[in-house]
Amino acid sequence: MNTSLYNFQLPDERVDGLDKVTGKARYTAEHQIPNIAYAVFICSTITKGSVKKIDATNALNVPGALDVLHHENCPAIPGYKPSAFPDLKNVGEWRGMKVFADNKVRFNGQPVALAIAETIESANDVAQMVEIEYEIEPHETDFNALRKDPSKLKNGSTYVRGKSQAYKEAPFYVEAEYNVPIEVHNPMEMHATIAHWETSDTVLLYDKTQGPKATQSAVARLFGLPDKNVRIIAENVGGAFGSALRSWPNVPAAIIAAKKINRPVKLVLTRPQMFTLVGYRPQAWQKVGVGADANGNLLGISHYAISNTSRYEDFREGIVDASKFLYKCDNVDTDYKLLPLDLSTPTWMRGPGEATGCFALECALDDLAFKLKMDPIDFRIKNFTEIQQETKLPWSAINLKNCYQKGAELIGWKNRKSMPMSLKDKDWYVGYGMGVGVFGAGRGTSTVRAVLHADGTLLLESAVSDMGSGTATAMVKVASNAMKLPEEKIKFVMGDSDLPPGPMQGGSTTTSTLGSGVHLVCESLKDLLKDLAIELLDSFKSVPKEKITIENNRIFNADNITIALTVKELLAKKKVSAVEIVKTSPGLNTREIQKATNSFSVHFIKVYVHSKTGEIQLKHIVTTGDAGKIISPQTARSQMLGGAVGGIGMALTEEVKIDQATGKISNATLGSYIVPRHTNIPHIDVWFTDKPDPYINAIGAKGLGEIAIIGFAAAVSNAIFNATGKRLRDLPITKEKILAAKT
Amino acid sequence: MMYCYQVSSRRNFIRKAIGFTAMSVGASLLADAYPINAIIPAPIPKQKVMLNINGKQTELMVDIRSTMLDLLREQLGMTGTKKGCAMGDCGACMIHVNGNRANACLTLAVYNEGNKITTIEGLSKGDQLHPMQAAFLKHDSFQCGYCTPGQIMSAVACLKEGKANNRDQIKDYMKKNICRCGSYQNIVDAIEEVKKSGAAI
Repeated sequence: MNTSLYNFQLPDERVDGLDKVTGKARYTAEHQIPNIAYAVFICSTITKGSVKKIDATNALNVPGALDVLHHENCPAIPGYKPSAFPDLKNVGEWRGMKVFADNKVRFNGQPVALAIAETIESANDVAQMVEIEYEIEPHETDFNALRKDPSKLKNGSTYVRGKSQAYKEAPFYVEAEYNVPIEVHNPMEMHATIAHWETSDTVLLYDKTQGPKATQSAVARLFGLPDKNVRIIAENVGGAFGSALRSWPNVPAAIIAAKKINRPVKLVLTRPQMFTLVGYRPQAWQKVGVGADANGNLLGISHYAISNTSRYEDFREGIVDASKFLYKCDNVDTDYKLLPLDLSTPTWMRGPGEATGCFALECALDDLAFKLKMDPIDFRIKNFTEIQQETKLPWSAINLKNCYQKGAELIGWKNRKSMPMSLKDKDWYVGYGMGVGVFGAGRGTSTVRAVLHADGTLLLESAVSDMGSGTATAMVKVASNAMKLPEEKIKFVMGDSDLPPGPMQGGSTTTSTLGSGVHLVCESLKDLLKDLAIELLDSFKSVPKEKITIENNRIFNADNITIALTVKELLAKKKVSAVEIVKTSPGLNTREIQKATNSFSVHFIKVYVHSKTGEIQLKHIVTTGDAGKIISPQTARSQMLGGAVGGIGMALTEEVKIDQATGKISNATLGSYIVPRHTNIPHIDVWFTDKPDPYINAIGAKGLGEIAIIGFAAAVSNAIFNATGKRLRDLPITKEKILAAKT
Repeated sequence: MMYCYQVSSRRNFIRKAIGFTAMSVGASLLADAYPINAIIPAPIPKQKVMLNINGKQTELMVDIRSTMLDLLREQLGMTGTKKGCAMGDCGACMIHVNGNRANACLTLAVYNEGNKITTIEGLSKGDQLHPMQAAFLKHDSFQCGYCTPGQIMSAVACLKEGKANNRDQIKDYMKKNICRCGSYQNIVDAIEEVKKSGAAI
């Protein structure tokens, strides 16, 4: 396909871009399987209790009805009770809610039955006709009330370095409480599973997952099947942001249903079900105290947090972590507890706990800088350290100061006034704010297969999926650099668990982990080609291996370029049509390198707040990232733009509201749970330090999916404080809260 | 290839016997399906509807309950039009009906007798991308790509309706389309560029 209708240059087009703009890209629910049946979850209308009676008689009379699956007719599933299946080998307990395993209701909106029918229309009708009687028990969903009762809290973890609550003894200190509500990932593609038993003990699954291998393993253990009997296909993932890091009830439900009716089954969640069934950012209360001397040296940081989990699983995240290590400070103490509620289990949502934690920490530092009459950037530079404070290891690379400098320049920080309400544009207060983000930069294990064909095309394969960050595009660039081969000759294939094991796409590790695998397999491939040249050609016999160079499928002696041949000629000599190599790149051992590895970001905001209505208008955003070498500038930039947009949602619009009387989410639609739209987005500048990290991996790249949002909400709150003198510590910040707040 | 359900086969619906007992996976879930033995006589209500989809005149027998979105995706296999909420909140299912943008999830298929339907699949001419598709590619106006067909259909309508005279006007028109990956700025860049290029749309 060409683009001649419109003469664009396409310097950095995504490798999957053409499919995505033409509607050809297939997402989970779009795979066409003959004889497929449709399934719809029927979800509890109570919050806690049990199903007393379930009557599907009328439902099954709906034309097209096939079955109604529920706890009374659900077969015994090995992973629900592994001890009952001693004969099965690869069986392990299913993590999370065991859908249809019993009659208990653990949260409002829990699946209690599955309507299965010939068409989606009939399945919806069947779902409406199932009659369910419940026994209701009192529920607990009110986080704000219950967190105050210590007896409700569990699994505290504490950390003390130096002295606890040292901030209180500092000449200058601030302490305050912060609240972050439940936020929901809400990727545009709803979670879906198509289950197809191809034989009585092999199942093919099309599933929305960030990790085909992880899903394969979870499903195999659920049914006590060998891993090879389970195949997961996730060709395209329509966003996820963490929601597809694990398998949710739709996976077992679809597989059980398909087995039961002996037909392939498609189960797609509804948008309201996306609020209860696939995780969310937990609600969190935090208290942060920070203290400093008159010169701005931090003397104490205390960070306490409580976040909610479900009754049936503990979910913890790194809410208090950045406070332990980011700034130079000898006295740090943290405490983090969980509050189980009658809600479903939360999960990692972009930037996870660090986004929650850095909101509080970075607001607190802004308050303290104000008290010290210091510029917030100067205050952070004063407490900058190249030593990770918790491990005392030096960072592998940290270029935060470049971010401060460049971001300040781009946002026009010099126009900022330190006193709130000093800058006005007609009826609008104008303010500037900044916030810092930090997240771990890891490197896991990955295996990549490379096949170099005689025609000079290179095929790379690994079992990862891509939720939109541009993995294939970046991997093609890594291979192109390593092989000195034009990008159009390289294809990266993924999204299938049958491919060599690749990593989970999450935690900002994909480019580092998979990029290392691609780099390694390419280096190994070059090595193999050199060995072949020496083995098969007399002219190369005496050439030292390090002098042999490979570029654009030409193999030559760097000292004498007349000694050369093409890959095609070499493979012809070997009498093969392609060479194949599979390599596993090991994970990073930070103990071995004795370095701390993180990515960093600094976000800058220029805000207008209306003096009479409290209306908030973001006017300009500058987001800067320090994430090592940027492999794919265009897609990396888009990820940072997306993080900023996610940050706008976190700061200004997103909040799940629970009707405490019923325990039900009262805004489980995209019309009532407000996510940023076109009109919420000001001009956003993105800038990267783009300096290779010499320790993290061979390609020098670190992840940036999380840092794109971490610290962003604080930058917004800080800008609003700078504009109005009002400090908003409860997210989302709304005009109503601004009007109600005192200066 | 387009097809729709055969009415005759739909008269023989089968369903399971109610109340069969739970079985163990080790023994039988992996071995046999349960027996199917009951027949529901009632047919699904269907109506004939004539649609022009991407220039092709097509007569279909459709379930009167089918939305245009489900007709396209589930029965015609045209999955370029996306389902993001099925209640008109997100814009992922945006199509053109007689040249005007419309949420495919908010209109029943049978309400569209004689209508001219354009979907993302009908936007490019053979191998040639529509200028808006090319602009989305150039500006990296998407990440996961799921909202993209809807954004592009809205973007084309935005230009056609003359609502792309400045960035604020574009944003206002495009606010019906959510992009959770946050590619908004790049989307507006793409629309602005096509507008300025004067390309025929």
